[in-house]
Amino acid sequence: MKRFAVLGIVIIMISAVLAGCNGGTGSPFAAEMENQVQEETRAASYPNGIVKVFNWGEYIDESLIQQFEREYGIQVIYDTFTTNEEMYPKIAANPSLYDVICPSDYMIEKMIQNGLLQKIDWTKVPNIKNMDQLCMERVQDFDPGNQYTVPYTWGTVGILYNKKMVTTPIDSWSVLWDETYANNMIMQDSVRDAFMVALKLLGYSCNSTDENELQEAMQLLKEQKPLVKAYAIDEVRDKMINDSAALGVIYSGEYLYCHEENEDLAYVVPKEGSNLWFDGWVITSEAQNVENAHKWLDFLCRAESAYANFEYITYATPNEAAKEMIDPEYLNDPGVFATEERMDKCEIYKYLGMEMEDMYYELWKQVKAPEVSIFGWNPFAEEETE
Amino acid sequence: MIKKICSQIYITLIFIFLYAPIVTLIIFSFNQGKGGQWRGFSLEWYRELFASEMIMDALWNTLIIAVVSAIIATIIGTISCIGLNSLRGKAKSIYLSLNNIPMLNSELVTGLSLMLVFIAFGIGFGYPTILIAHITFCIPYVILSVMPRMKQTDRSTYEAAVDLGATPIYAFFKVVFPELVPGILSGFLLSFTMSLDDFIITYFTRGPGINTLSTLIYSEVRKGIKPSMNALSTIMFVSVLILLVVSNRKKKDGME
Amino acid sequence: MAKNRKLLAAPYLIWMIAFTVIPLLMIVYYGMTNRDGAFTWDNVMAMARPEHLGALLLSLKLSISCTVVCLLLSYPLAMILRGRGINQSSFIVFLFILPMWMNFLLRTYAWLNLLDDGGILYTICENLGIPTISLIGTNTAIILGMVYNFLPFMVLPLYNALMKIDQNVINAAKDLGANQVQVFFRIILPLSFPGIVSGVTMVFVPSLTTFVVSDLLGARKIMLIGNIIEQEFSTADNWYLGSGLSLVLMIFILVSMAVLNHYDKNGEGTSF
Repeated sequence: MKRFAVLGIVIIMISAVLAGCNGGTGSPFAAEMENQVQEETRAASYPNGIVKVFNWGEYIDESLIQQFEREYGIQVIYDTFTTNEEMYPKIAANPSLYDVICPSDYMIEKMIQNGLLQKIDWTKVPNIKNMDQLCMERVQDFDPGNQYTVPYTWGTVGILYNKKMVTTPIDSWSVLWDETYANNMIMQDSVRDAFMVALKLLGYSCNSTDENELQEAMQLLKEQKPLVKAYAIDEVRDKMINDSAALGVIYSGEYLYCHEENEDLAYVVPKEGSNLWFDGWVITSEAQNVENAHKWLDFLCRAESAYANFEYITYATPNEAAKEMIDPEYLNDPGVFATEERMDKCEIYKYLGMEMEDMYYELWKQVKAPEVSIFGWNPFAEEETE
Repeated sequence: MIKKICSQIYITLIFIFLYAPIVTLIIFSFNQGKGGQWRGFSLEWYRELFASEMIMDALWNTLIIAVVSAIIATIIGTISCIGLNSLRGKAKSIYLSLNNIPMLNSELVTGLSLMLVFIAFGIGFGYPTILIAHITFCIPYVILSVMPRMKQTDRSTYEAAVDLGATPIYAFFKVVFPELVPGILSGFLLSFTMSLDDFIITYFTRGPGINTLSTLIYSEVRKGIKPSMNALSTIMFVSVLILLVVSNRKKKDGME
Repeated sequence: MAKNRKLLAAPYLIWMIAFTVIPLLMIVYYGMTNRDGAFTWDNVMAMARPEHLGALLLSLKLSISCTVVCLLLSYPLAMILRGRGINQSSFIVFLFILPMWMNFLLRTYAWLNLLDDGGILYTICENLGIPTISLIGTNTAIILGMVYNFLPFMVLPLYNALMKIDQNVINAAKDLGANQVQVFFRIILPLSFPGIVSGVTMVFVPSLTTFVVSDLLGARKIMLIGNIIEQEFSTADNWYLGSGLSLVLMIFILVSMAVLNHYDKNGEGTSF
């Protein structure tokens, strides 16, 4: 046993040396001291304090963060989330946790309603002039009067398919229920997007609050489950690139990247219509670094930043000035920048209230949870047939 | 003889099972590019690893949290064992069952319940919350390792020392403590390992911008983990393995 | 003097009250109230709803399978180790702890590389002309991931328990005419029972409540009770329902452990 202990201590020492590569945050062995040291080094290189940013995963050109830190002398505390739903409870529990966040349309609406956001002082964000006026108008759909949101990206939801692996023309959500593609499709793993697909196929609004319509959609999604290879959000991209599925429900912003990595991939917005979405930056109601948050927003509105972001994350930008730098080939690709006509077929999500949200989630859980089975016997199924 | 061969084969199979994924991780850390296909040998991920501030920060956090929480848990655990040893009857059994709760309770419930408390009492999430959580689930392991040793210590030697004029503290450190050392060390090592490998509890108690390797990896899982993580694990794994082999050699040499 | 020494137990008692007891009371509080703060049994009773019950039963099925597989794999291994010299076997035991220094998530994720289609096993099967199967997204993959992660927790207590058995007792039994089978069932098995109990506890509890393994290897098609509870907190923003469900799960675990411990006559686990 002694040997183990000696070993352990040596391991720790070695690891500490390894970690020592991490520049300034050297030696103290207590977290408190560690904090203090970090604060001191920070004060030296970041005279203007910090800004706490909460963004989607891989949703910014990371060199922009460093550029911002250097230029403004502000340290960026950067964190990521995967879905709007995952972000919300953290902010609701403590609105001062982050200063700036990048949620989507309906979530911004929800946060405005629940008083979690503060109005942006537009005099501190002069670069907002770069934004496409049409886009600013559409944003009013969930942010009346453009008071809270700096638009960041926008797009549609559609089907990404592999030309080599599909045999029929893809133009409808109904292919996602086609047995030929059993175990060969990837479905979105977020409540609203999944229900949007089923509701649109049924010819309903994706903001439906009618319980019968939702029940119908739930049944449809349940039928789809055995055909689905995986439910995913960000992994859709990698799986499609690796040829591991023929169809995948995906955000339009991922299409360009996927197409460049794998030429056989094409993107379509089904004829039944789809969702038009906007992601935008907002400042939390109890942000502790309001001044710096505005600087962050203004920085991202620069044409150069927006262009760098487009190059990196390939999501359509609403930044008019940046568009001038973008290759016209991309600008004219309706998969990347949807046409007016395409946008009109699509609907923006609305925040439907706490009760409806609970219902959507409850139904989604019923889709995804396993059937009750006691050695193959399902007491609930029997009740239904009786 | 046949029995010996069979048992050898059995152990080998189990080790193949345990180490197959690790070997693939190591192999893919030398892969060119991302993804599951082998595209040729390259050291790019090792370069990227040392350039990535995020991974280095996470590594540092992981180690500092593991070391600090293991040290504090070991100290508190050992002190309580001494006190616990003089408790009797019902008090002792209540104490021990309270101590068992974090181990019987799933990590999920421990993590969630701590999160609720931190929120309810307005304790801001950050290093302190992660440390408190880690210490809480480490102490029971320390007590479990030290208690059996404590029981084995012979009270009469301690009493003899006191009779001969040693102060109780001096007698404790001279007589009792040396006997506890192996238990304390294994408790420390166990805490260190548990803390190092923990994901669930950290996930619920971490603050903004603070990642340990586990939480960083979890946030990357959805997008596909970058092989620079594999590179880091390879380095950690190989260094531990080398230490193990060297110390085993030395021990053998020493015996001969 | 003895009184002074008792005081040494106090700091941890305070710690336990602050960070073990109060947190549990919080779960009870949230589990028994609704969004408006009024008392309700709904969140606790929700476990009986088909979607939750289905997830719980599936979790039970998978975690029991995992525990049984771990036990069956570990017992022979621990027996073999017992038969070897201390030095050699402690080296081997260390090899079981070693993977824990490689991150838990990364280790599990590595199985994706092995099992996914296009993965290594798939390619090997393809080249050998064996029909290829993709395990990802099946119950088998999840059991495999659980066994892989929790096996050391079964091996270590079993090994410790078996090492404690006095060889003289076994020799005595043999001298008195017991055969191999009798020695095993009458001596070794009963004496190693505390090890089995703590091994089962340490494998069953984490595998019943895991949400990570099913998340990584289940292609997110398979929801276990751990996933349901985690998502109530992290995405559905319904702490009340989440707490209610975890309360039921916790009581379930405590009761089953109490039953198990009842059979452990020594009353003291020998986990490490």
